[in-house]
Amino acid sequence: MIFRISRSCFSSISVKLPPFKVHHLELDQLPQTATTTSSELLAYYKSMQLQRRMEIACDNLYKQRLIRGFLHLADGQESIYEGLHAGLTFDDCVITAYRDHCIALLRGDTPHQIIAEMMAKQTGSTKGKGGSMHYYKKATNFYGGHGIVGAQIPLGTGLAFAQKYLKKPNVTLIMFGDGAANQGQLYEAANMAQLWHLPAIYFIENNLFGMGTSIDRASANTKFYTRGDVIPGIQIDGNNVFQVRETLKFAKKHCLEKGPIFIEAMTYRYHGHSMSDPGVTYRTREEVQQQRKTRDCINYVKNIILENKVADEPQLEEIDNSTQNEIDIAVEQAKVDPVPPSTELTTDVYVDNENHFIRGILYKDSIVPKSQ
Amino acid sequence: MLRIVNKLRSGFAKMTVREAINSAMGQEIERDSNVFLIGEEVGQFQGAYKVSKGLYDRFGKSRIWDTPITEAGFTGLSVGAAMYGLKPIVEFMTFNFAMQAIDHVINSSAKLNYMSAGGLNTSIVFRGINGAAASVAAQHSQCFAAWYSQVPGLIVLSPYDCDDARGLLKAAVRNPNPVVFLENEIMYNESFEVPENVMDKDYLIPIGKAKVMREGKDVTIVTFSKMVKYSMLAAAELEREGISCEVINLRTLKPLDRNTIIQSLQKTHRVVTVEEGWGQCGIGAEICGIINETNAFFHLDAPVVRVTGADIPTPYAFNLEELSFPKTHNIVEAVKLVLK
Repeated sequence: MIFRISRSCFSSISVKLPPFKVHHLELDQLPQTATTTSSELLAYYKSMQLQRRMEIACDNLYKQRLIRGFLHLADGQESIYEGLHAGLTFDDCVITAYRDHCIALLRGDTPHQIIAEMMAKQTGSTKGKGGSMHYYKKATNFYGGHGIVGAQIPLGTGLAFAQKYLKKPNVTLIMFGDGAANQGQLYEAANMAQLWHLPAIYFIENNLFGMGTSIDRASANTKFYTRGDVIPGIQIDGNNVFQVRETLKFAKKHCLEKGPIFIEAMTYRYHGHSMSDPGVTYRTREEVQQQRKTRDCINYVKNIILENKVADEPQLEEIDNSTQNEIDIAVEQAKVDPVPPSTELTTDVYVDNENHFIRGILYKDSIVPKSQ
Repeated sequence: MLRIVNKLRSGFAKMTVREAINSAMGQEIERDSNVFLIGEEVGQFQGAYKVSKGLYDRFGKSRIWDTPITEAGFTGLSVGAAMYGLKPIVEFMTFNFAMQAIDHVINSSAKLNYMSAGGLNTSIVFRGINGAAASVAAQHSQCFAAWYSQVPGLIVLSPYDCDDARGLLKAAVRNPNPVVFLENEIMYNESFEVPENVMDKDYLIPIGKAKVMREGKDVTIVTFSKMVKYSMLAAAELEREGISCEVINLRTLKPLDRNTIIQSLQKTHRVVTVEEGWGQCGIGAEICGIINETNAFFHLDAPVVRVTGADIPTPYAFNLEELSFPKTHNIVEAVKLVLK
């Protein structure tokens, strides 16, 4: 894929950041602009398109009943994941709940592995045994993938604890939604993080709804960036990849010097909470359309690209097509992959599984270790 | 530092179960820099039940972590630290309080290796007192052996004496799976003679292997934790009446040592199970199920007799509490029932 770029890939473009809201911090500590380059812009565009098209493909597969169970899609929120990928490193830990496909992608799984997992194939990221809510990758410090709302918060605090214990110059990004922000275990964990100065970034993806409940109906205090009480907080536009990136860079520095921080990223999910939720009983179709028209995070980057003549419409369309193609190939491959063999039923229950007795449905079908 | 209370004769020392657990933890924290102890009052207070006495002075606040009263928070935090590769020993002041954190024990820890297809594991020990103490009433007296033993992915251990406490706790810390370690407050004060090899810093007991405490030929008594004491007392009393009991101390509740139980009952043909917890879906019920499902059933001369806690929340009044949990005389009566 070769296209003409009208300026050098390395000359920088300056982007003005949206305003921040701060809690126990000074505004002048935060940057007003971010710099980017042509190649970086195109890379963000392409990566966010890949995320978007992967999520849409999963929607289609679910409707074809090739993906089953729970499916929580993140289309509309891609800039958050792109921003965290740009602002942090693979030595920084990430943990989230079940809206985790895009993070799995950015932390090293291929679209094929991710889609195959949801299609319950052996070639999936967790051999078909985890599903949509349970992606992990230790090598890139991605710790899941959790089904219980809020559970990931103390777990992530523990990752930060371990990083500090082992004197790593790294932080943990603990992601959760506006719904989870009322969980008691958040406050238990954040209290310890502040007491022990843990390098924990409490990152609230505020998409305005916890399942079908708006933030006003769920939270007495909807200023989530202030909910850390004595812990500093920042509210940003989560649909602005640059603001996410720059804020995380700031947060990392803060965490390593001082301790935890709360970041609230305003965003919007186009789908309902999950595939069983049409997403229009608690918000209007007009509102969803309006968000798509005026606040779409990919369009934001597209406009910068076009305004700065980094690429033109046909060139961007080429990127769209190539990312769609990549997803289509992944889907077609996953469709023909085998399901996990029945022997996988009883593997991985224990680390040393071969030492353990695993009862079958009938006693006679049990797996008996050689030592017995 | 090992406080050896009374060196009775060469090669033996006398110590309490509390000291056994304390010494085991101290050795494991010394041995592996990734091991740490975390829980309420474990540090400066020297432990709510003094089990961690001296560890804070010896290792300091980087290894012995005092937490706020936030079980869900510190248990989740410890599981997260274990996901990264550390090896926490999480102390619950009692397992009653662990109910506030049980989601992390089960969903965040026990199931993790399976859900991640082997990608992530947690080498973590959840320990604390389990079952009845004395006069602490309903919310502080529950036995959780049955609940945790049911969960795939967990190892569940329950020591009786110092030998068990040392060998099992060390094995638990070194095991790559999550381990629930059920201690007993009354047993903390009990002293036992401990041979020198048990004090060795690498003394380990195999997980999944029960111990025959006392050999016999008429009845097999299967039990664990404090009930081993009453079972041994019952066996001594029955001996005087000419009844010979074999007492099996399970040591591990999950994986349950079927083979030792079956081997014993092939000899005695009669089984009594003893547990402090409620009978429904309990350890005794599981043992009955196991015996039923294997050829061991055909070796029985009588149905299994279960001795369990009464099906009630624990009362406060001393006389009522005495009627709530198995005692020596209940076990004696059970043995005579199974022999009828």
